[in-house]
Amino acid sequence: MLIQLTDQPIDVAAVLQAVQADGAGAVNAFIGTIRNRSTGRRVVRLHYEAYDQMAVHQLRKVAEQAVEKWPMLQEVAVVHRKGTLDIGDVAVVVAVSTPHRAESFAACQYIIDTLKEVVPIWKKEEYEDGTVWVAAHP
Amino acid sequence: MKLTIALFGITREIVGSPQLELTVPAGQSVQELLAGLHQSFPALGQLRSLAVAVNNEYAQPDTQLHERDEIALIPPVSGG
Repeated sequence: MLIQLTDQPIDVAAVLQAVQADGAGAVNAFIGTIRNRSTGRRVVRLHYEAYDQMAVHQLRKVAEQAVEKWPMLQEVAVVHRKGTLDIGDVAVVVAVSTPHRAESFAACQYIIDTLKEVVPIWKKEEYEDGTVWVAAHP
Repeated sequence: MKLTIALFGITREIVGSPQLELTVPAGQSVQELLAGLHQSFPALGQLRSLAVAVNNEYAQPDTQLHERDEIALIPPVSGG
């Protein structure tokens, strides 16, 4: 299991390599990237902040929950970026390997969806005329 | 007892510091801590949600706090 929070660019190929397993017939990956628009405004760049220790702990818990739900999971890797990111940069990579493809899609989606709900990482969008902490207010 | 509260994201900006040191009655609960913080920093009440983490886990409102706990305010997360 590879769980990482990094302030360096994510090497997607290395994350895929980390879930290589002889028993796997499927590798499924989700790659989250920085988009240039948000709620109609042009985004210049994004700033990610994390509660490092808790974020890594919670990332690991999410990955372990996935293994409980899909015991056929061979390998799981989750790498999340922090710091300042530009448009097109990779913010997060989730990769899983399973014997067959159906479970790989389901497990990968579970991990990214749950990550977005529970892992203490925050992003601040920077526009040409200001900044906003995403989802902070109703 | 003395508590140290770690602050991130918008809560760090609302309080104006990455850390808050408070002296509170022994045995204070998460709910009581939040009530006090809302009084001191009304802008916290405008957030969509505000959780408290104790030792890297999300705490329940009735969780009792201890002096050596690692406590953090968790505003709405937005990773991914």
